[in-house]
Amino acid sequence: MHISEGILSPGILVAGAALTAAGVIIGLKKTDAEDIPSVGIMSAAFFVASLIHVPIGPSSVHLILNGLLGLLLGWKSFPAILTGLLLQALLFQFGGITSLGVNTFNMAFPAIACFYLFGWCIKGNRNRVLFICGSFASGFLAVSFSAILVALSLYLTGEEFLPTAKLILLAHIPVMLIEGGLTAVCALFLKRVKPELLEGEANAS
Amino acid sequence: MIEELSLQDSFLEQIDPRVKLIIVFLFSIVMAASYRFATLITALFICSIILLIGKVPLKEIFKRLIPVNTLIILLWLILPFSVKGDPVFLMGPFTATKAGVIYTAQISIKSNAIILMLIAVIASTRIFTIGHALHKLGVPTKLVQLFLFTFRYIHVIYREYLRLLNAMKIRGFEPRTNLHTYKTFAYLVGMLLVKSSDRAKRVHDAMLCRGFNGQFYSLNNFSITKKDLFILFSMISFIIFLGVIEWA
Repeated sequence: MHISEGILSPGILVAGAALTAAGVIIGLKKTDAEDIPSVGIMSAAFFVASLIHVPIGPSSVHLILNGLLGLLLGWKSFPAILTGLLLQALLFQFGGITSLGVNTFNMAFPAIACFYLFGWCIKGNRNRVLFICGSFASGFLAVSFSAILVALSLYLTGEEFLPTAKLILLAHIPVMLIEGGLTAVCALFLKRVKPELLEGEANAS
Repeated sequence: MIEELSLQDSFLEQIDPRVKLIIVFLFSIVMAASYRFATLITALFICSIILLIGKVPLKEIFKRLIPVNTLIILLWLILPFSVKGDPVFLMGPFTATKAGVIYTAQISIKSNAIILMLIAVIASTRIFTIGHALHKLGVPTKLVQLFLFTFRYIHVIYREYLRLLNAMKIRGFEPRTNLHTYKTFAYLVGMLLVKSSDRAKRVHDAMLCRGFNGQFYSLNNFSITKKDLFILFSMISFIIFLGVIEWA
């Protein structure tokens, strides 16, 4: 899902950096000093989750889980994803400094969109069907939306990227399904084992 | 799996980390906006020289160039055929154009040059030092703390993940393309989050007991020496020079 260095046009890079800066500022405003260890640990947990490869046919895909992250952290997803991606750039050279803004926005904006769209489905004692549908939709749509944003940033760089952009969208269709299912099962698990994780954001904001 | 590369006896190691961060930042920006071959090749050349003088092991460099270049190989398979222009060669029903090949070559050199400069910096600086340097350069305290916490916990949680994975393997789990596998992975992620959040609570309590007041202290104080200033000015003039080749 990363766009690496040197591909996007300067205009897109600047726009991505500006949007990410705005998102991170809002996210940090909503983060108290006491929240930092828990946001940091969540962000590390999602970093590790992104190293998990799930088999799909003969190949495998790695988890993204920005939908789940959005449900759990809300606006704090912006700084959490920014630090995660910065560390990926520094440790593995996935992505880099100039594409950091675009990449963060492409993943964090869908996360927050899902938080607003489906966050209410998983809070409190909603009925089970609504809970499952809401969490599936947030996993599914977060990845779809991210894939669309990635494809769009490539397409806006130049029309010659159109086939690449289409390929990216196509390749992510199975990932969307897997992410949706995983997010739903994982949210159900959290509700049974540690429901306060799902409620956390409601008390904080 | 998750490790830093830290060189002990390289001249890169002795440069003030703030200087290194400023250089890699400005360099990446100028490169991202450059398209002329003269600029790109000069930059690639200088980056290779810096890595050579810095005695960064070749094996590490190649290993770290793999992620960028897998994507670039993918682009080579698509881009030359999707840019409009004069045809150069045919491959089945597809025509590669001259403009397409040039464009893809520009992207390849550019990406590699940016990543090489990044390698020169991270190969010689610890992540914690980078965090403190970012703070000194004016990045918000909360963001730097988040960065340091995340880095610290990636290792802990990764070990936790390996432990859970081992427990799964002992019980005969084998990942396949089926619902059972996906469900198990979902529980794995859930358990990882539960354990992580419990740990976060314990860590925070322990930190409060030890008088944590929202401030991180670094043991190594940065000080700019004449050598650092020299490197900063020569590299900035080099970056300006690149800009001049590109836009003059």
